[in-house]
Amino acid sequence: MSAEHGSYYLPEPTRWPAITSSGLFLLALGFIMLMNEHSVGPWFMIAGFLVLLYVIVSWFGEVAGESERGLYDSQVDMSFRMGMGWFIVSEVMFFAAFFGALFYARMLAVPWLSETDSLWPGFENVWPTAGPLGENYIGADAHEVASGQFASIGAWGLPFWNTVILLTSSVTVTIAHWALKEGHRLKLIIWLGITVLLGSTFLYLQATEYAHAYTELGLTLGTGVYGSTFFMLTGFHGLHVTIGTITLAVILFRCIKGHFTKDNHFAFEAAAWYWHFVDTVWVGLFIFVYVL
Amino acid sequence: MTATTADQHHDHHPTGITRWLFTTNHKDIGTLYLWFSFTMFIIGGLMAMIIRSELFEPGLQFVDPLFFNQMTTVHALVMIFGAAMPAFVGLANWQIPLMIGAPDMALPRLNNWSFWLLPPAATLLIASLFVPGGAPAGGWTIYPPLSIQGGMGVDFGILALHMMGISSIMGSINIIATIMNMRAPGMILMKLPMFVWTWLITAFLLVTCIPVLAGAITMLLTDRHFGTHFFDSSGGGDPVMFQHIFWFFGHPEVYILILPAFGVVSQIIPTFSRKPLFGYTSMVFATATIAFLSFIVWAHHMFTVGMPLTGELFFMYSTMLIAIPTSVKIFNWVSTMWRGSLTFETPMLYAIGMVFLFTIGGFSGLMLAIVPADFQYHDTYFVVAHFHYVIFGGTILGALGAVYFWLPKWTGHMYNETLGKWHFWLTVIGMNVTFFPQHFLGLAGMPRRIPDYALQFAEFNMVSSLGAFLLGLSQIIFLINVLKTIKGGEKASDRVWEGSTGLEWTVPSPAPYHTFATPPVVK
Amino acid sequence: MMRIWRSNRTRRAVAGVIAPIAVAAGTFASSAHAEWALNFQKPVTPIAHIQYDLHMLILWICVAIFVLVFGIMFYSLFAHRKSKRAHAANFSHSTKAEVIWTVIPILILIGMAIPSTQALIMMEDTTASDMTIKITGYQWKWRYQYLDNDIDYYSALETPRSQIENNAPKEEHYLLEVDKHLVLPVNKKIRLLITANDVIHAWWVPALGAKKDAIPGFINEIWTQIDEPGTYRGQCAELCGKDHGFMPIVVDAVSEDDFNAWVQNQTSQ
Ligand code: HEA
Ligand code: HEA
Ligand code: CUA
Ligand SMILES: [Cu+2]
Repeated sequence: MSAEHGSYYLPEPTRWPAITSSGLFLLALGFIMLMNEHSVGPWFMIAGFLVLLYVIVSWFGEVAGESERGLYDSQVDMSFRMGMGWFIVSEVMFFAAFFGALFYARMLAVPWLSETDSLWPGFENVWPTAGPLGENYIGADAHEVASGQFASIGAWGLPFWNTVILLTSSVTVTIAHWALKEGHRLKLIIWLGITVLLGSTFLYLQATEYAHAYTELGLTLGTGVYGSTFFMLTGFHGLHVTIGTITLAVILFRCIKGHFTKDNHFAFEAAAWYWHFVDTVWVGLFIFVYVL
Repeated sequence: MTATTADQHHDHHPTGITRWLFTTNHKDIGTLYLWFSFTMFIIGGLMAMIIRSELFEPGLQFVDPLFFNQMTTVHALVMIFGAAMPAFVGLANWQIPLMIGAPDMALPRLNNWSFWLLPPAATLLIASLFVPGGAPAGGWTIYPPLSIQGGMGVDFGILALHMMGISSIMGSINIIATIMNMRAPGMILMKLPMFVWTWLITAFLLVTCIPVLAGAITMLLTDRHFGTHFFDSSGGGDPVMFQHIFWFFGHPEVYILILPAFGVVSQIIPTFSRKPLFGYTSMVFATATIAFLSFIVWAHHMFTVGMPLTGELFFMYSTMLIAIPTSVKIFNWVSTMWRGSLTFETPMLYAIGMVFLFTIGGFSGLMLAIVPADFQYHDTYFVVAHFHYVIFGGTILGALGAVYFWLPKWTGHMYNETLGKWHFWLTVIGMNVTFFPQHFLGLAGMPRRIPDYALQFAEFNMVSSLGAFLLGLSQIIFLINVLKTIKGGEKASDRVWEGSTGLEWTVPSPAPYHTFATPPVVK
Repeated sequence: MMRIWRSNRTRRAVAGVIAPIAVAAGTFASSAHAEWALNFQKPVTPIAHIQYDLHMLILWICVAIFVLVFGIMFYSLFAHRKSKRAHAANFSHSTKAEVIWTVIPILILIGMAIPSTQALIMMEDTTASDMTIKITGYQWKWRYQYLDNDIDYYSALETPRSQIENNAPKEEHYLLEVDKHLVLPVNKKIRLLITANDVIHAWWVPALGAKKDAIPGFINEIWTQIDEPGTYRGQCAELCGKDHGFMPIVVDAVSEDDFNAWVQNQTSQ
């Protein structure tokens, strides 16, 4: 770095952001068309997605390269940390909106609806519920189940094991972090590998759970407000686990390639933070969606 | 492109379109934001002109009711998300590094992305006007079930909001990181210029509220297309639930619009009073208090939805409380001017005008907070008058004042003071003629969001429309003045104003492309 | 850099702008429909009276504070100009002053909160009513069901399209006329149940001080008790789609005898 810039690393002009936005634009446009039954929609989405994939690989690759070449000092590192920290805060608030919806529907809306007798005769304040007109929704996509019926997923079966898996993965990623800080490369790779495996297992189990819900339980996105909150919360969480797992896999790959040093490995830490966040959300989900 | 070639390229930065498209320089990005914002201001303003033309006289003249609703909705979305918020992010980009002695923003590449998310988002929003079914027409608050009924334009609007939201979140993360991590040695937090403080707190509000909006509109989208029943009572959901989530975002949002303008005024008034800002510490705490309170007052937008009595009382009291920290600010500004040595250049006129007009809007806000009375005011032009006073009188005047204040630093030229004063007076007169009569209309019973009205509202509506046309035309003076200043004009000194204090006035005018490569030391 | 305010020029500019607007306004004042109404419609229920009084109370408090604060500011703008006093004082805080101007507003706010709370509690009390009417909002008309009398009808805009499209002269109650009025007896406590069938509407009659959202799937309650016979007009107050501006409300308040006769007439049809 030249002295002119001081010690803070200031990147040269970059084309990645503009390309990212174009990709996102295509993705959004395609998504809109898909939702409104325009057959070209998916093609736009695929194009946008490919652009995004390309950018992610290149942009992150560039940053990783700069980091490996030692261009970042501790102040740059701190900027990255703050960036990641506040990003996670914003993610927390995103989930808060859905948790808020869950609490509101369950504690307020459903009881109130059951009180308006003259509009919804016979509707009772129970949870889970498909709502006052529930039967009309259920059965549309779930054929196996008798009309008006659906079952929710008990907490102590598969969801419980998923909780165990995710909590364990939080521990394994921490062990991997210790190993990195101690300089045990092999130990690092093994424990990080286990974490990625646990994440994938979680996703696999979650997918079977969804399939079970849709084909056998009659529980779908359309199953009244219960189905809506259930799938929205677990779905967005699942999406985050997917992103987290992919990120950890990339980090694993970089570890194998020999990236990171004992005291300079922010990318690893960022991925770990994200993973802990995803875990914490799951604990909230387990308690409020499944147990209570 | 890579760091190895960096050394040769420092002083002659890239030119042409790629300079702007690929830039990582906070000044370039600030400029981009400001021009984007002004463009949106014109687009949103022209929509307001359509609204005011239709309301010039009773009867349907120019547009059909559905299109009118689209205009109302898109006018508000364009103005808030396209004009007002980006204007202040642009100011933040230009000024925060200069004011805290940083070489640039903390995360320059992210900074570029935050900006370049906006043009595609705006494209989606504007494009919605041209798709079958037209733009969103359910008001900027997009309440279901009405917004569930809309055509694919609503989806355009939702996705546009998502992108603008990402832009705001990324922009605010950057601002927080810059302020927390990039300050020059000795620039402790309690020495930060007020503009920087207000932005720090605003950025915090953005990071916490925008995701909630994202959640709300995501649920709207799934209710529209994926069979969920969040806002549908027949599935156990509740349309009012959307309103709660929306306003949990929406109320902090209005302080997002006003706090940076408070910051600007807190820079301008001391400068032209030649006297330090009165009560700096209490200003900081007042800003933080406003931000905190803004999270617990949201349901004052929903007093008529039929909340339980205790809820209405809680939200009434908490809303009224906001008057306290706000009053601290007003009194501090007046005390700053007190026994100063005042001059009235254009920025100062804007600052004074802002304090004056914002307070009118603040008082009508307080009236709206009184639940029994709000039952009458709600969803009438009284509300429209309230928020244009705080938004146009507060936010927009603040932004315009900021441009006059810092333009000499950005361009190296003085703007034309005569044109500036014309612009100020015409704007202030136009704005009052437009929005003051709307108080009367609302009290007399005219609902908002209607394309046509009963005869007893005819007079004030015509006055209001005339004022609006004047207000719109006056902005041309601003455009001319800015363009002239960029082209040339009297050279500005480094300090620009006699009463200037702060780091931004120690660098040359125009501020060089790279500033504070070696951090200054603040005593 | 400093420039002195060219007051003459500015003043001329101001005059130049205000004059044409004043003229335009003036021509209106003489036209047939000129109303220039500045304030609430005449209140005719206990609720509307309380709202009116509260509204005026808060308004005048705000005006007083406004005059005080900006009186001081404009005095300062005038007396502390640079052309008058070249040197600024240098104080930058005063704990005493700041405490005072935090405490006084708190007291004023408490003074506002007490009557508001009392009023609100009174408004929310829908018990002990004499009759109940269910009001349902539709895109774009209202439905009225007299639950005690078995009367049930819809009420929609009656203003002809030709007036809206400027092909016919506009009548006095342009946009505020419906085919079937809501008929209510005076001096009775009437409970109104408000709901909607499609999207959110809001039932609002300013003179009654009654406004409540009509929300599909839920039922809201308000009450009203009209003091004087007369016809009171209102409008839907929540954006409900393209004809939101075209779903007015007309209430006929009649004596108890007239009301009974009307009920008789309706039920016998
Ligand atoms: C910049 C944006 C902005 C700002 C700053 C504010 C500020 C305030 N607003 Fe406003 N508001 C809006 C933008 C804003 N608002 C918008 C856009 C809407 C409509 C949204 C929609 O429906 O589309 C709205 C609507 C709105 C409503 C809902 C009305 C309705 O729909 O029925 C209410 C109700 O309480 C309200 C209250 C307030 C209050 C109490 C303040 C306070 O912050 C004001 C505080 C200031 C003062 C009080 C003046 C200064 C104080 C003194 C000089 C001290 C002494 C004073 C006393 C002791 C009284 N606002
Ligand atoms: C930042 C926010 C902001 C700003 C700046 C404005 C600015 C203006 N607004 Fe708006 N407005 C809102 C936010 C804002 N508004 C919101 C949130 C709503 C509620 C929407 C809803 O109900 O859902 C609303 C609603 C609203 C209504 C009510 C509509 C209805 O209920 O049906 C009206 C009516 O008069 C109105 C008018 C105006 C006018 C005349 C201006 C003027 O100040 C505009 C002046 C500016 C210009 C006119 C542009 C200047 C430029 C030119 C004229 C061109 C020069 C050209 C070249 C150089 C090429 N606005
Ligand atoms: Cu019905 Cu507006
Ligand atoms: Cu608010």
